[in-house]
Amino acid sequence: MLSGTGLVAGYRKGVPVLSNVDIQVERGAVLGLAGPSGCGKSTLAKVLTLLHEPWAGRVELDGEVVRRFRHAAPRAERTAIGVVFQQPRLSVDPRFTLREIIVEPLAANGFPAQIGELAERVGLTGDLLGRRPHEVSDGQLQRACLARALALRPRYLVCDEMTAMLDASTTAALVGVVQEEVGAAGTGVLAISHDEALLGVWADRVQRWA
Amino acid sequence: MIVEGLSVRFLVRGAEVRAVTDASFELKPGRLLALVGESGCGKSVLASALLGLLPGNAEVRGSARLNGLDVLAADEKTLATRVRGRMVGLVPQSAVTHLTPVRTARSQLKEAVRALKPEQDVDELAVRVGLEPELLDRYPHELSGGMAQRVAIAMALAGDPPIILADEPTSGLDRPLVDRTMDLLAGLAEEGRAVLLITHDLAAARRSATDLAVMYASRLVELGAAAEVFADPLHPYTSGLLGALPEGGFRPIPGHPPELTHLPDGCAFRPRCPVSDTCTDDPSLARHGDRLVACRRPC
Repeated sequence: MLSGTGLVAGYRKGVPVLSNVDIQVERGAVLGLAGPSGCGKSTLAKVLTLLHEPWAGRVELDGEVVRRFRHAAPRAERTAIGVVFQQPRLSVDPRFTLREIIVEPLAANGFPAQIGELAERVGLTGDLLGRRPHEVSDGQLQRACLARALALRPRYLVCDEMTAMLDASTTAALVGVVQEEVGAAGTGVLAISHDEALLGVWADRVQRWA
Repeated sequence: MIVEGLSVRFLVRGAEVRAVTDASFELKPGRLLALVGESGCGKSVLASALLGLLPGNAEVRGSARLNGLDVLAADEKTLATRVRGRMVGLVPQSAVTHLTPVRTARSQLKEAVRALKPEQDVDELAVRVGLEPELLDRYPHELSGGMAQRVAIAMALAGDPPIILADEPTSGLDRPLVDRTMDLLAGLAEEGRAVLLITHDLAAARRSATDLAVMYASRLVELGAAAEVFADPLHPYTSGLLGALPEGGFRPIPGHPPELTHLPDGCAFRPRCPVSDTCTDDPSLARHGDRLVACRRPC
């Protein structure tokens, strides 16, 4: 389980964005998190993916308390949790081709940089993989971002408004890929979205923030 | 406004990009036409053409007439002094970045009013779009996404234009704000304006559109009354889009849209179509009852 207990986090001193938040993401299931803009959903995503250190509270990864965050987080913990953000264009290096984007985590962690069936699973084919971000649509780029997040077979995956910029068909396709991963590898997913209809068909249970 | 045979092509590094092909439709007072389709299908190019905002390498054909003026043939001076803001008001995508960050909302809105219709009252305009006038004294970064969106709509209304063109006005907003923006646009149509809403959000379109146009790979493939199209889509692509909605079955359409540089002959949806992959004949819109559909074997 990936969990947060009594989390308090923020960016400016004295202005917490999260105060005393508890959350449990279980393996092999999808937890939906819904709430209006500005309620702290994305800050929680950053804390649970170890990209932002909470001021107080505890993050636990499969029973181990996480002690270090950001660049100091141990590789084994960092790579156990994948993340897909809302805006694919802000999440990639514009100089990389889609193929390079997808295999980067493999290369960075000493694995052979082979794309294998990853690209096929997210529906990207030969010609698209050789292009750079400005030559593909938001939907195609988000497909690459999901493939990148899955490259190291993370035990947990945080999808922060993964489909907010996408059309209905691409949304259904990408959520389908995540669901396959949940079924086949027992990945635990936190699906953050303000789209209740989407969470209704995607999540096993939904936590709602006011 | 009557749009007839609108086509837009770009020449990029020797390749021809067909962004809009032979689009004909009407924007009528009191109606809200939603133009939907996947990203990259040409929706925004179509909108830019109606405002004369296309880049220099665009080649435009067809006409878009309002009160005897063909907007597509108009020169820059006519566009600047008669069309933009006065005939057609634009509600942009991402309102926060559309506003100037170093000036208050009030000073920007005042400037628009001064240029377009000086007798209008800025506070009154704010109230009409559901914005408390005090909020106008804030700078754009002090406004939430929803507030900035309302400032942008107020600016679009500054010149009291008969046509409102909203290009993805709700992207990045959460559902309650999407609903609010949609209701506001529907209200503008009810006041007697013609509204063209460009969106990839079918739920938003369903909430407020009176008419629906579906675009695929540069062409309109289905056009009709919104309620009827949602209830009974005739084009396999429309049907596929609705079937991909969470409440419609959540089944993605297999494959990708074609490149606008390499459109297949005949029906561009052919390679992904569950009904027939052999339609190589003319893919233009044809009448089916009250509906216009670009399919020879409608569902």
